Parts: sequence; C-alpha cells; structure tokens
Amino acid sequence: MTKPDLIVTRLHQVAHARAGDKGNRSNISLIPYNPNLYSLLKEQVTESRVLALFSHKGATKVTRYELPNLPAFNFVLDDALEGGVNSALNLDQHGKSLSSLLLTMDVKVPNDLISR
Amino acid sequence: MTPSTVYIGCGAGFSGDRLDAAIPVVNTLTKKKGPKYLIFETLAERTLALAQKQKQQDPNHGYSPFLEDYLRPILKTCAGSGIKIVSNFGAANPIGAAKKISEIAAQLDCKNLRIAIILGDDLLNVFSSDEIRNHPTIEGLEINDQEIIAANAYLGARPIAEALRLGADIVVVGRCTDPALVLGPLINEFGWKENDWQHLAQGTMAGHLLECGAQVTGAYFADPGYKDVPNLAEVGFPIAEIKDDGSIIITKADETGGIVSEQTVKEQLLYEIHDPANYYTADVILDISKVSVEQIAANRVRVSGANGKPYPSTLKATVSINGGWMGEAEMTYAGPNALARAKLAIDVLKKRCQNLKTNYPIRFDILGTVSVHSGDMGPDNYDSFGIDGDYRVRIASKGQDKKIVERINQEMLSLYCSGPSGGGGFRQHLTDQIHTASILVDRDKVATKIEFI
Repeated sequence: MTKPDLIVTRLHQVAHARAGDKGNRSNISLIPYNPNLYSLLKEQVTESRVLALFSHKGATKVTRYELPNLPAFNFVLDDALEGGVNSALNLDQHGKSLSSLLLTMDVKVPNDLISR
Repeated sequence: MTPSTVYIGCGAGFSGDRLDAAIPVVNTLTKKKGPKYLIFETLAERTLALAQKQKQQDPNHGYSPFLEDYLRPILKTCAGSGIKIVSNFGAANPIGAAKKISEIAAQLDCKNLRIAIILGDDLLNVFSSDEIRNHPTIEGLEINDQEIIAANAYLGARPIAEALRLGADIVVVGRCTDPALVLGPLINEFGWKENDWQHLAQGTMAGHLLECGAQVTGAYFADPGYKDVPNLAEVGFPIAEIKDDGSIIITKADETGGIVSEQTVKEQLLYEIHDPANYYTADVILDISKVSVEQIAANRVRVSGANGKPYPSTLKATVSINGGWMGEAEMTYAGPNALARAKLAIDVLKKRCQNLKTNYPIRFDILGTVSVHSGDMGPDNYDSFGIDGDYRVRIASKGQDKKIVERINQEMLSLYCSGPSGGGGFRQHLTDQIHTASILVDRDKVATKIEFI
C-alpha cells in the first residue's frame, strides 16, 4: 500500500471552530471534519503554535484541552481580548472572529483525509 | 408520577435574539405528550448593569426590553397547552417584569396564570459596596473605586424547581446560571436530588446546549461550501428531549430552517467552556471531557457521557462598575487610490490626536485591509489589500472624561472638509461604558426567596 501524499493546507480546509469569551479570556474549539485527523492535529496544533499565532493580540498563555470522544480540542487563550468585551477598542470586542484566525494556521495532512 | 420525557424549547439565546423565534418552537411543543417548557435566556454579563441603569431612571423598567415582543405572540398558546415558561428576563427588576407579564396576560385573556419571581441574586441587598470590593476578582477587570452599578450572584436551579413545584406557570428570574433555566424544570419533573451529580450534570449539559438558542441548530455556524445550513433566515430554535435517566436528544422546531448535526452540537458544547472537566455552576461541577454525540436521525442528535462533581462552596457573581466613555468614529474612502487616501486620513488623525496631548488609548483601523484580527493598537501596516477599493477609516478611544473622547471623534468629523479627497459616510458613537468583574461569594450568604404575584 502506498502512503497518501502529505499536503500543506490551512486548518480551515480540515476543521471547524467556534470562539467564545469570558472576561479577557477567549476559548476556541477546534473540531476536525474527519475524526481520523485528531491525532495529526494533536501533534501539529500545539499550545506554542497557537500562542505564536495570537501573541500580536496580547495573548500570554494558551492551554489546550483534549476531548478524544468528540473528537475535538478546546484552546483557552489568556489575555487575548484587549481586556474583554467591556474594554477592548477592537471592533470585534468579544473576539467572535478569532475562530477564523485560528483556522488560518497551516497544517500538513494526508490528501485523502481532506474531506468534509 | 415521573414522566418519561420532558420537552424543553428555547425561544431566545441573548437579549437581542430573534423576536419571532419562539413561535415555531411553541407550535412544535404543543404536539408533544408530556411536560413542556419554554426558556428565554436574555441576560449577558453587561445586560444586567444596563437594566439597573434603566431602573434607576424609571422604577417600572429594568427588565428585558424585548419581554413583550417575546411573550405576546406565544403566551396564549402556552397558557392553553400547559407550556411553562422559565426566563431570566427579570434582569434588574423581576417584579416589574412579572407585573408586565400579568398585564399582557390580562389583555390576551389568559386566566389564572401563576407567575413566580425568584429573588435573592442582588448582592447590593446583602453586602456594602466596600464588602463587594474586598472580594478578589477572578475574571474581568479589577474593581476600582468607581461606583458599583450592579452586583448579582448566579443563582442555581433549585429555586426555579421549587417555584414550579408550587404551581408556577411562569418563572421570572434575575441573574441565574444559564443552564439553571433548563435544570430547574428537570429537577421539578424528575425529582433529582441535590447530590445526584450524574443527573444534574446531564441536565446542566442540556441547559448549556440550549441556552444560546440557534447556536446549536446551525446559526453562528454556517460557512458556505464548508458548513452549509439550509434556510438560515428561518433557522429553527432548539428543543431538548430529556428522559428520567438523563439521556438527552437535541432537535429543533418543526418546519423551520437550520440543522442539528454532530458538528453543530460539538461547537455549542464547547462554547464558552474553559476546562471541559471542570465547568463550575451553582448546582454541580460539570465534566464534559468524555461526552459523545451521535446523529440518530435527521436533525436529532443524542448527547451522552456528562459527569458531575459536588457543587462549589461559592457562587459566582458579576459586579458592574462605571467604565467611562468609549468613542468610535468612521469615514469611508472609495475608488481609485482609496487606500492611499485612507492611510493619509490615519496620518492626519494621528497627528491631530497627538496635539490633544491625551493619554487615553486610541486605536486606528482601516476596515477592508485588516482590523479585527490585528493587535491592540491596530495593524502595523495597512498594505494587505489593493490600492483601489472601498476602505473605512475607524478611530476608537476610551477614557473617563466624555469631553476628551468626544473631541477625538470630532477629529474624524473634521476630515470632511479638512482631510483627504473624497471622504464620506461619517458615523460616530459615544458609548457609556460598563466594566464588569467576576467574584466568588460564600453561597450561604445568598438567600433566595420565591414570590407569586
């Protein structure tokens, strides 16, 4: 059996996400369309990569929680909301659009697992 | 006798949600055999402080501004079909809300409706302002010496269940945990005990899935070509079917748009959750880390595997203080070389604001290049798009002195005649800001009371 080709693509092609806010913390779920991608995403979408993606927004810490039965991840980003909905000068004070920012991250995945 | 299935629909997921969403939910519920409930969740963190300010201006107000819009179309049908209504639309004035409901019921000729009010969430009746300030902040901004506008504890499901047991047709709460709106009816129907953590966890999870309305039925989800949702304009609001053993099926109102799929349920399950193994509520600490979802039929998803641990000794409370003023002003530059003109506008604004010698934070955006995904003070450069286009320049600032914030907005207005070529479409806002902080209070200090009107 030949191994399927690995291709670099954005997370948006292989997973969906939703952002919520509480105070100055954002949480972003990350859910692969294909459950078989869970372990690959676990290897590649690390706390440090997510922190790097959001550091320009002031994020100081990222905690990743794993939910293997769904399967899904939950990322909690401390200090990512400019003080939060009551204080941010950002047009999107809740950080609702941050799920889309997470989905811009590049990942390397087998071609045959890109399916919705 | 314990019922086999309890049906709970949701008619609103936030204070400004679709006004007609409850109608198909109620029409669907009327066809079900068994206990039926309709909830409205209308109270975000800041909403209560806004309501408190309204109540200060007029003691008859301070409850959900859309109360009548939500209830009038469905109240008669609910009363006639035994659909009980549970909501936190009492906000800062649950008694005022109950009186208003009673007035609407009389106009609609709904007789003998029993309306219960849950009191006790208002901590300004329990603590002095200084005592509230002495509680450490666990989330949100530090409580400074600004006036405390509102301080409310998140009540649990027990008082709601008790009001229903006493015969309430409608239960009006101020601040309670959002899942309590669903857990209260379930405790009433199934008699789940205070230490029945497993069932309380399942009921709380059902509440968590329902409390944001259509966010579990395809809204806040649709992404064309990736996550398609049929007829989003008529998205159906959710209904949960819960059994005595705690099993949950999420479905939605009949003859509506939207979709209930494993994907929509997963997204909502994790919405506003931090540690999935420890979601603190007043009734139970919910653990969803082992939860599974299963599509059992079209628009029907079974959700199982929640676990529960004993509730904490404290209740969460939200404290709201005055946060000064926020100003926002915008102007559009369109057509040939629009980006250069928008950037010139930003240059002008930055220089003008420097002349004001204020230390207030000011943010400059050009919408159409990058704004919401950029850092605190706007992007480092605005060159990510083409030079032609349709760009909106935005300035935002905040501080305690309204005059200074107004003055910063005025710098944008003056660009009409004193800025780059062809600026148009000026709009501005000046918003009275409310800051919130979360604190933990000893649950023994919070006494709840049920009143009927």
